Amino acid sequence: MNVIAQIEAEQIAALGNDIPDFKAGDTIRVGFKVTEGTRTRVQNYEGVCIARKNGSGIAGSFTVRKISFGEGVERVFPLHSTNIESITVVRRGRVRRAKLYYLRSRRGKSARIAEVTNYKAPKSASADA
Amino acid sequence: MRAGILAKKLGMTRLFMEDGKQIPVTVLHLDNLQVVAQRTMDRDGYTAVQLGAGDAKAKRTSKAMRGVFSAANVAPKRKLVEFRVEEDGLIEVGAELSAEHFLQGQKVDVTGTSIGKGFAGAMKRHNFGGLRATHGVSISHRSHGSTGQCQDPGRVFKGKKMAGHMGAARVTTQNLEVVKTDAERGLVMIKGAVPGSKGGWVTVKDAVKKKAPEGLPFPAGLKSTAAAEAPVADAPAEGGEA
Repeated sequence: MNVIAQIEAEQIAALGNDIPDFKAGDTIRVGFKVTEGTRTRVQNYEGVCIARKNGSGIAGSFTVRKISFGEGVERVFPLHSTNIESITVVRRGRVRRAKLYYLRSRRGKSARIAEVTNYKAPKSASADA
Repeated sequence: MRAGILAKKLGMTRLFMEDGKQIPVTVLHLDNLQVVAQRTMDRDGYTAVQLGAGDAKAKRTSKAMRGVFSAANVAPKRKLVEFRVEEDGLIEVGAELSAEHFLQGQKVDVTGTSIGKGFAGAMKRHNFGGLRATHGVSISHRSHGSTGQCQDPGRVFKGKKMAGHMGAARVTTQNLEVVKTDAERGLVMIKGAVPGSKGGWVTVKDAVKKKAPEGLPFPAGLKSTAAAEAPVADAPAEGGEA
């Protein structure tokens, strides 16, 4: 393993974040730490994960899209951010794309994603998935 | 003036801070960085230390250079650089420098050879705007446009920015922050990008435009004598083979 990969692996281990197994199409809830003045609280952001980028390495990120007051809102989170308190999978979606950018031009009925009822976690995924 | 260090650029990554901030860092490696020679006022007319880093095969080192390395009792080095220092800043020959030469949070200047871009046009090389996409422009959308006036002066001024060779030049980036040092592995992490490609050699010095912080090791941050002893011990053996 080269030194850069080693540093990244060590950092991921040191951060010790619990990242469940999820992919594009899944509905997830992200608990994100928000600092208001001196007080810190956790804000939940729930929506459809429409993209995962740069794998599960230190540079990894994911995009969550939700419809807020009739307006589409997308937020990109770094996978290993220290500001992420928790990620929970609410619903597994069945999709045939890795990036669901087509959802941006859809709304209502056509923007729905079918649920996977017989979801099987991949073997390499963590047990909490 | 302290001596700088000679390091190899390993690549870039990011560090997550406690407050959720991410810092892009370039990782530099001190690969057996040792003092190979001193330049003194009596002999050379100036004072400097010569540092060498990396491992070179004795077989592929020229006889003349093998002589230089065996005189210093160090293993043959891949790359040599000199740093001008005052007389009290001289470092003992054979001493090995550590990543703790720099303090966390201090500012440094990094010099390296930038990545070569070949023959580049005026848009890429000098950030020219190019010509219009329409309105009668043909074939020359990325050209530099006019290069001067008319019959008077009747020539193109010297220094006119034009297309030409770009990159592969010595570049110094000033006031970069040292985010972290790792003495055990000999790593220095510097915020942001430094000139050159991965695997390229760079020199890192204390920033000239910033005041040096308190408590910098002077003349240099050296590895403990026990660690320094080992390479010195096996150096004569390699010299013997040569």
